[in-house]
Amino acid sequence: MGKIRLIARLDIKGPNVIKGIHLEGFRVVGKPEEMSTSYYKAGIDEIVYMDSVASLYGRNSLEGIIRYTARHAFIPMTVGGGVRSVDDVRNLLAAGADKVAINTAALRNPKLIREVSQRFGSQCMVLSVEAKTDKTGNWEALSDNGREHSGRHVLEWIEEAVSLGAGEILLTSVDKEGTRKGFDLELIHAVSDMVTIPVIASGGMGSCQNLIDAIQIGKADAVAMADVLHFERLSIKEIREQVTSVGISVRSI
Amino acid sequence: MKPQVTIVDYGMGNLFSICNALDHCGAKITLSSDSLVIAKAEHLILPGVGAFKDGMAELSSRSLIGPIKQHALTGRPFLGICLGMQMMLEQSSEFGVHEGLGLIKGSVVPIPPTGANGDPHKIPHIGWNSLLPAAGGNTWATPLLEDIPIGTDTYFVHSFMAKPENSKRKLALCYYNGIEICGAIGSANLLGCQFHPEKSGEKGLQILTNFLRM
Repeated sequence: MGKIRLIARLDIKGPNVIKGIHLEGFRVVGKPEEMSTSYYKAGIDEIVYMDSVASLYGRNSLEGIIRYTARHAFIPMTVGGGVRSVDDVRNLLAAGADKVAINTAALRNPKLIREVSQRFGSQCMVLSVEAKTDKTGNWEALSDNGREHSGRHVLEWIEEAVSLGAGEILLTSVDKEGTRKGFDLELIHAVSDMVTIPVIASGGMGSCQNLIDAIQIGKADAVAMADVLHFERLSIKEIREQVTSVGISVRSI
Repeated sequence: MKPQVTIVDYGMGNLFSICNALDHCGAKITLSSDSLVIAKAEHLILPGVGAFKDGMAELSSRSLIGPIKQHALTGRPFLGICLGMQMMLEQSSEFGVHEGLGLIKGSVVPIPPTGANGDPHKIPHIGWNSLLPAAGGNTWATPLLEDIPIGTDTYFVHSFMAKPENSKRKLALCYYNGIEICGAIGSANLLGCQFHPEKSGEKGLQILTNFLRM
């Protein structure tokens, strides 16, 4: 395993960072430009921006935020939400994003994954998966930022996406998201076990122990944090220290 | 006077990022796909993200292979980044065998899918990894890494790796589950880094500043 990456996930609505629970509802937390710059200075490894209403409006509107962040935070930036075409990807990369996260458009047209990964490289093609347990206890992939059911089983969908060239998976548990009760470890483990590409665990972090479990039990390669950072429940420094103390290797600052 | 740097614009690579980083370092930046501008550049950077064959095809279609080789002959500072570094080698086996710029002898090969102990690991190699002097010891063999602490983590994202024929061309290494990966290669002013200095935080910016001072 490589060094575990600590990632800040900022969900955006218009000019603001918002935070919901189970991808629903939201509180305005602050301005993305300030927050991402502050996380960068505090030593976060990567930034993920998700445009939370993009697929509703049919477009991703984060260009200004991306441009600003690219001028102030010299770490990888992934942008998702409403990314629907190769042209969308080109525009986001040109604005300063390094990777794009695609969910809804890929579920509707899986070939988009192949097109993006062939044109720009699979390292920039992050498959975003919103997983929710259904009545039978299996995980279903949701789309449209958790608003729609796709009917696709998460593991089977991910397998297909990897064969089409996805380079990384941003795996969000809708059940755990915003609860601060820990990640869906079974989900993360099932996916990590199945794929040879990196898996970013997202959704549910409340404590450093949750993060440690996501790595040691879930076998995630990276962890995306939102609530704990945005509401300042934990500092990035604290997280690094605690994680290092149990022998998990992270970037040294 | 601001250090001048020309970046090869050939349709691949995250140009906005590298420009931002160099701007932050105080450089005067020229983005160019003009043969003459590139051949005569003071400092030249060849960025790149994506597949080797596409990169070489894009350089070729813009008639830039010749000018880049010309620049390399002048001895003025040259830096290949990520795919840009890989293209400095003679060939790559990514999606078939493809010819590179041949500025450094050797080839580009896949990162093995398993670590040194035989356990599978994730490909691409994505994330931060520690740079170590290729020749061992605790000094760098290149001014590119001056004042960068040994073991500094920089950001890698790649599935293929450079294998220079001459081990003296390896300047910095990192290890991915025991597999040796070239982090930086070259000699004198002809340099390449596999990691992205423009995405490696403040230390990455320092590396770019070192390049601008060469």
